[in-house]
Amino acid sequence: MASTETAPAAPEAPATPEAAPHQDLAGVEAGLDALDAVQPHRTSPAQLLREKVLPPVLGVLLVLGVWQLLFSLHVTPEYKLPSPLDVWHSLTDLWYQGTLFSIIWTSVWRGITGFAAAVVIGTPIGLLVARVKFVRAALGPVLSGLQSLPSVAWVPAAVIWLGIDDQAMYAVILLGAVPSIANGLVSGIDQVPPLFLRAGRTLGARGLGGARHILLPAALPGYLAGLKQGWAFSWRSLMAAELIASSPDLGLGLGRYLENQRDASDMSGVLLGIILILTVGVAIDLLIFTPIERRVLRSRGLLQTGR
Amino acid sequence: MSTALTTPNDAPAVADRADASPAVRIAGVHKSFGRPGTAVPVLDDITLDVAPGEFLCLLGASGCGKSTLLNLVAGLDQPTAGSIEVPGGRPALMFQEHALFPWLTAGKNIELALRLNGVPRAERKPEAERLLELVRLGGSYGKRVHELSGGMRQRVAMARALAQGSSVLLMDEPFAALDAITRDVLHEEITRIWQERRLTVLFVTHNVREAVRLAQRVVLLSSRPGRVAREWQIDLPQPRRIESACVADLSVEITEHLRGEIRRHGQH
Ligand SMILES: Nc1ncnc2c1ncn2[C@@H]1O[C@H](COP(=O)(O)OP(=O)(O)O)[C@@H](O)[C@H]1O
Ligand SMILES: [Mg+2]
Repeated sequence: MASTETAPAAPEAPATPEAAPHQDLAGVEAGLDALDAVQPHRTSPAQLLREKVLPPVLGVLLVLGVWQLLFSLHVTPEYKLPSPLDVWHSLTDLWYQGTLFSIIWTSVWRGITGFAAAVVIGTPIGLLVARVKFVRAALGPVLSGLQSLPSVAWVPAAVIWLGIDDQAMYAVILLGAVPSIANGLVSGIDQVPPLFLRAGRTLGARGLGGARHILLPAALPGYLAGLKQGWAFSWRSLMAAELIASSPDLGLGLGRYLENQRDASDMSGVLLGIILILTVGVAIDLLIFTPIERRVLRSRGLLQTGR
Repeated sequence: MSTALTTPNDAPAVADRADASPAVRIAGVHKSFGRPGTAVPVLDDITLDVAPGEFLCLLGASGCGKSTLLNLVAGLDQPTAGSIEVPGGRPALMFQEHALFPWLTAGKNIELALRLNGVPRAERKPEAERLLELVRLGGSYGKRVHELSGGMRQRVAMARALAQGSSVLLMDEPFAALDAITRDVLHEEITRIWQERRLTVLFVTHNVREAVRLAQRVVLLSSRPGRVAREWQIDLPQPRRIESACVADLSVEITEHLRGEIRRHGQH
């Protein structure tokens, strides 16, 4: 294809069709496609280990090291700062009593079912706020306000209204997660490029079909961000509610376990409770939300490869 | 310039085509944006028929209302006055940006268009593959939009527009963002597909050479408000080369008129 162009012999050249432009251009086209196409790039497992697994493991080891050092130096009395090994023993104790998983499960089950209900409630609210002007004017500020209100503040009210039982727990979870989920969907929809909506309309997608095929998939990244934040909020508010509300009806969840250990002045149990709550929150985020989010972003080319 | 090749008309009449019923009929269209009173007219009394199978380029400076007119023909907006008829039904529209949906693969983008066009499920995949074949992207069914180059994206967008099953294709500067070589290739493709599928194409551009390269008829719009200023019939055989002397000659002439239209605005 690198032939030098010959200048036209005369400016008044006759309008004869040029020889075989088709084959010519087909070759150019194939070349362009080969040159331009983005090569998908995969990271090797070793690289993944080095870049993704190693740094957080080192971070945790560092924290444990500092902790152990402070303990060995007797910075504070042992009943205030037990050693990492003491906390480990509290964990194995729970394990041998056979209550470890039931404690975790009580809270996780509550968190997950409450969160699922929040999704079911928050999604249509978000859709309405995003798409109906009047609803947006009426509910938009309320939702943003609720989102910045720590939902722990609802615990006393929920306990008085609903009694110290599971209902109060779920109410607090919903109040924490629904605004985040709805707001996430609203901002996801607001950020949909108008070009997609116009393209959808020319393709004949209107009304419900338009929402299903264009609007919702386009808003998915914002929605997922809202879900993620909603989970963080509902887990936090659930733990707060379990800490505050005490009743045999509630069973033993992580928050209650933590409070019981405080009552018993068992500091290694308290630390274990904190670590378990942290671990569950991070694990759900890392095992459920992050992979979904990354998949969605990567498939749309919104994520740098190797990140 | 030999008159055998081009027949410039000062009046926007299409006498020799009046008998065939047009594929697009734009009659006395006005369009202004904003509230009555403060509204600025963007299009003023546009009357234009596009014959079935015709390739018409709408040429004009940026901001003269080309996209506005195309949106009206596409039914995305309503004219302030006048009427627009597209007897063949909702036309297909291609934008300057590819407007492919990034959550779908190339093939699924086309299948969505087929689905919204009422094509039964079983026929969608083979038809999408046929359309990709048509734009010479046979192997790209499973490719994500971000894995395709600019030119490939526009070809998928072309295939998706064809999947709408309309014989009228509206194109709004679809190749403006591409480099010259890629654009050249796509000119070739759209000419071939227009001929193979006997499409009616209404192609908007501000690039004079592109208009002369592609069109059977070039309509020049004036700016603010947009009116039909002049039109040229181009009888050069297809496929043409954009670098050929006859395309260049006519481009010089049309560019002169386009400059004249733009210059008028500097005078007041
Ligand atoms: N929705 C709109 N509201 C107000 N003004 C608009 C709107 N769309 C286009 N215009 C105005 O109409 C004129 C023509 O725009 P457009 O059709 O996009 O021009 P072109 O496609 O020829 O570059 C511009 O001056 C633009 O500012
Ligand atoms: Mg435009």
